[in-house]
Amino acid sequence: MGNFGSFIEKETLHILRDRRTMLVVLLIPVVLMTLFGFAISTEINNIDVAVVAPHRTESVRQAVERMASNPYCTFKGYIPSDEIDRVLRRGEAAAVAVFAADYDRIAAMPAPAEPAVQLIFDASNTNTAMSGAAYLQSILTGASTQASPVEMRLLYNPQMRSAYNFVPGIMGMIFILICALMTSVSIVREKENGTMEVLLVSPVRPMRIVLAKLVPYFMLSCINLATILLLAAYALDVPLSGSAGAIIAVSLLYLVLALALGLLISTIAEKQIVALIISAMLLMMPIVMLSGMLFPVENMPAVLQAISCIVPARWYIEAIRKLMIEGLPFAAVWREVLILLAMTVVFIVVSVKKFNDKLE
Amino acid sequence: MNETVISVRNLTKCFGNFRAVDGITFDVGRGEIFGFLGANGAGKTTAMRMLCGLSCPTSGSGTVAGFDVLREGERIKRHIGYMSQRFSLYDDLTVLENIRLYAGIYGLSHRQTLRRTAELFARLDFRKERSQLVGALPLGYKQKLAFSVATLHSPEIVFLDEPTGGVDPLTRRQFWELIYETAAAGTTVFVTTHYMDEAEYCSRVSVMVDGQIRALDTPAALKRRFCAESMDEVFRLLAREAKRGD
Repeated sequence: MGNFGSFIEKETLHILRDRRTMLVVLLIPVVLMTLFGFAISTEINNIDVAVVAPHRTESVRQAVERMASNPYCTFKGYIPSDEIDRVLRRGEAAAVAVFAADYDRIAAMPAPAEPAVQLIFDASNTNTAMSGAAYLQSILTGASTQASPVEMRLLYNPQMRSAYNFVPGIMGMIFILICALMTSVSIVREKENGTMEVLLVSPVRPMRIVLAKLVPYFMLSCINLATILLLAAYALDVPLSGSAGAIIAVSLLYLVLALALGLLISTIAEKQIVALIISAMLLMMPIVMLSGMLFPVENMPAVLQAISCIVPARWYIEAIRKLMIEGLPFAAVWREVLILLAMTVVFIVVSVKKFNDKLE
Repeated sequence: MNETVISVRNLTKCFGNFRAVDGITFDVGRGEIFGFLGANGAGKTTAMRMLCGLSCPTSGSGTVAGFDVLREGERIKRHIGYMSQRFSLYDDLTVLENIRLYAGIYGLSHRQTLRRTAELFARLDFRKERSQLVGALPLGYKQKLAFSVATLHSPEIVFLDEPTGGVDPLTRRQFWELIYETAAAGTTVFVTTHYMDEAEYCSRVSVMVDGQIRALDTPAALKRRFCAESMDEVFRLLAREAKRGD
């Protein structure tokens, strides 16, 4: 159909003319990926550790050596026990390992009745302290001669890389941001400028006007999808262990869902600013807070867990985690895909109905 | 009046209990410039939407360009042009791109588009403006361009909804010359306006009050009937009777 083609041409021109917005849209994924990948990191890369050891016996020295040689720890030297508080306060060390006076004896016991080493942490940053403590503990337990009754293995993300966690999250956020926000604003802009009126008087079917708007944004999002996946694979070393086909298929479904959401917003909002606020507040907040992107859904109170069920990003992020990080096959995410599919259908049906009602 | 292109009988549109348009009846002939006047809230816009096939009448009947307003809204749309008070071209597209878009919407062939574009540029005396962004054009140029684009597909009727809002008198004059040319070429012009001097330019004028047409005649005949000096006076005499507010 000729007029559909000229509409897509028009929409593409709108995007191309607005260079600044286009640039922002194309750069958002790169910026976010870099930020989360390198700057905002929840990993512990370097713990400064001071050691209090009343008797520096052979086994104590071995344990300290192991700690010092570990790339994630920096050995800050031996300190007397009355210095502990001062060292921590001044930030000269983030942790102090206090070896018991009779370390050799306790460590040699088959089932130690008292602690051989005490770890004192500066817990003003809870995250660092928690994971640092766990890390240090594992180094030191390895030092004891007998095997620990608990064996720990970290599957899927053995190095505890936080990149593995946030890449799906960023994907869940960016596509909503671009598809829903951009399309809703661009449709509402036509209403505000009065050009929509002219288009409605023309013989073009109203739905076609709107569909033509979705196409270029869909393409733009596909470019973003490619950028993100390439960055994830080559810059952040996320394994993409599942089938790339499944990841892309689920993502495309999510793009359609986000576009439908944008369409829905555009039928509610009369002004660009309203569309912007709805997209930013009503979509972004739940995505960041409730989707499991930053905070695990399982830790939320039951009410919030229930609310998180209606956040599409939650299901998408869950599916992408399974596919990308755990390397599960497509069959493992059928539940998430079904939910996303159902949501898409609901959004499309409701927005088409609202759109047609508005015309009358 | 040789041939009617708009003919409506008792056209009514209700929103709940509110009769926005209350049984209007009139005919418009080919090549006429039909002035459609009325205060804000008198029902002009609602009536015009029905004639454009945008909104379905609650009762009554009518044809526009030979098509039924109740059942053939989509076909009416193919045979009319529309230009609104709010500027209706895209600022971020060039003059040519805007024209191409509308040519595409109305399904003009490539050759037709080229020919009509050339005609349009000759008539408006556009040269370097062709590849300029529409947003950079002066308002008067934009308005004339919007009108020319609305008639690009040679519609039988062109609907103008307060087309000269916010334009200086000289440009309005030039704009009305365009309207005359178009009407002389056989296109019917259906125009709403707030400027009563423009009402004088129309072949016939209708005045809507409270959803009904209170008067319909040539400007000269209306002035005679109401013993008025100008259309402005006629309009004020009629609008005074209005019961519903803005």
